[in-house]
Amino acid sequence: MNMESKKPDWIIGEIKSNIGEIPVVDTNLSLSDRLGGWKVGWGFGRNNYRVDPGLYAVGNPTEESPVFVSANYKLSFDRLRENLGGLDGWIMVIDTKGINVWCAAGKGTFGTDEIVTRLGYTRLAEVVSHRRLIVPQLGAPGIAAHEVKDRSGFRVIYGPVRAADISDYIKAGNKATPQMRKVRFNTWDRFVLVPNDLMASFKYALIAAAVLFIISGLGRDIFSVERMINNGTVLASLITIGYIFGTALPPILLPLLPGKSFSLKGVWVGLLLFFVIGWYSNNFITLFSNKLSLYAWLLLLPAISSFVTMNFTGSSTYTSLSGVLKEMKVAVPIQAGAALIGLILLIVGIFI
Amino acid sequence: MIGMRYLPDVVTLEYDETKCNGCQMCIIVCPHAVFTIENKRAKMVDRDACMECGACAKNCPEEALSVRAGVGCANAIIIGAIRNTEPTCGCEDNSSCC
Repeated sequence: MNMESKKPDWIIGEIKSNIGEIPVVDTNLSLSDRLGGWKVGWGFGRNNYRVDPGLYAVGNPTEESPVFVSANYKLSFDRLRENLGGLDGWIMVIDTKGINVWCAAGKGTFGTDEIVTRLGYTRLAEVVSHRRLIVPQLGAPGIAAHEVKDRSGFRVIYGPVRAADISDYIKAGNKATPQMRKVRFNTWDRFVLVPNDLMASFKYALIAAAVLFIISGLGRDIFSVERMINNGTVLASLITIGYIFGTALPPILLPLLPGKSFSLKGVWVGLLLFFVIGWYSNNFITLFSNKLSLYAWLLLLPAISSFVTMNFTGSSTYTSLSGVLKEMKVAVPIQAGAALIGLILLIVGIFI
Repeated sequence: MIGMRYLPDVVTLEYDETKCNGCQMCIIVCPHAVFTIENKRAKMVDRDACMECGACAKNCPEEALSVRAGVGCANAIIIGAIRNTEPTCGCEDNSSCC
């Protein structure tokens, strides 16, 4: 989006500075801001939800006012500005290719080089008289504060992890409490991740459901449309329900699931699904009419759930690369083996 | 973070206390309170809470800290294995990211 061609509705004015007019941004999110945030929460257009890098103002800042650094992922930028209500300050948006602060810091795009470069482009040193940048703490993996200082003269001050704490942080004289410095991962934090996780692999679940629908028609008499409709509908529904609960339950139940490794946590969810869907379903008897397919699902559901839950390590806030590598070395061969045996049992079961 | 401790004794975080100048940057940037200050020097008090984000090592002006920084993400490791690269989120190719 080019600002000259279309001014976004969150720019509500301009303020004079030593280098000319700087756009002033709204600290209240509009309905379209909120809808946009909701949309990317469901995984739509996450890679093209950006603001233009550069300098912005909130309130009525002077050359003494603090400077906040943000990523150019619009959700990061919105989270910052909505928490700057009542404050006067500057926002320097750096170019992280539309990626949020934490992920961009991991890649180094929210980094020392970009900050130093952006300081040059924005001519911030002429706009403010002080030499301090308040940078979100979760940007620290990409930034060497001492290098920024050496190269630009600006001192990096790490703000709190959550933008919601900024007001208290400023009031305390740029001091963060230990709680402000820690990442959380409470039930709500995990719950908000569910929509995106659901959408991420939904097409594969639908493909699996479609394949199983067709396979349900197979039998010793080769193929029966009636059987496909009778059994296939139930089986496809089970797969879809299983996918939804298999994706949503691990994040929500995470601390309650026994074990430290995510792949093990996922096994319990798979077993739970097996018993809940299977045991208490009337269709269980007709659908899994032979013992082989029963054993097949006993292997398949935990294997799939284990894999899905293992992938949730990427959304968690406390897993390390070394730890995930370690658990994958054990888990992936077991998951693959269980899935393979399960599939063979399922296919053999159809024809005997 | 009750009930949410990851695998013990796996992280690559190393700390050489003799190099510490007491600037406290590691204490400030660590999102898991791995360090605390003791006798004007940083002390590593909860190594197993480390998620290898690399913030401490990056911000230590004395290079007293080292860690193989990376994403604790199974999907990134799978993508890396397929492409024969370092573990990476799929941000570059406009698919899902992080």
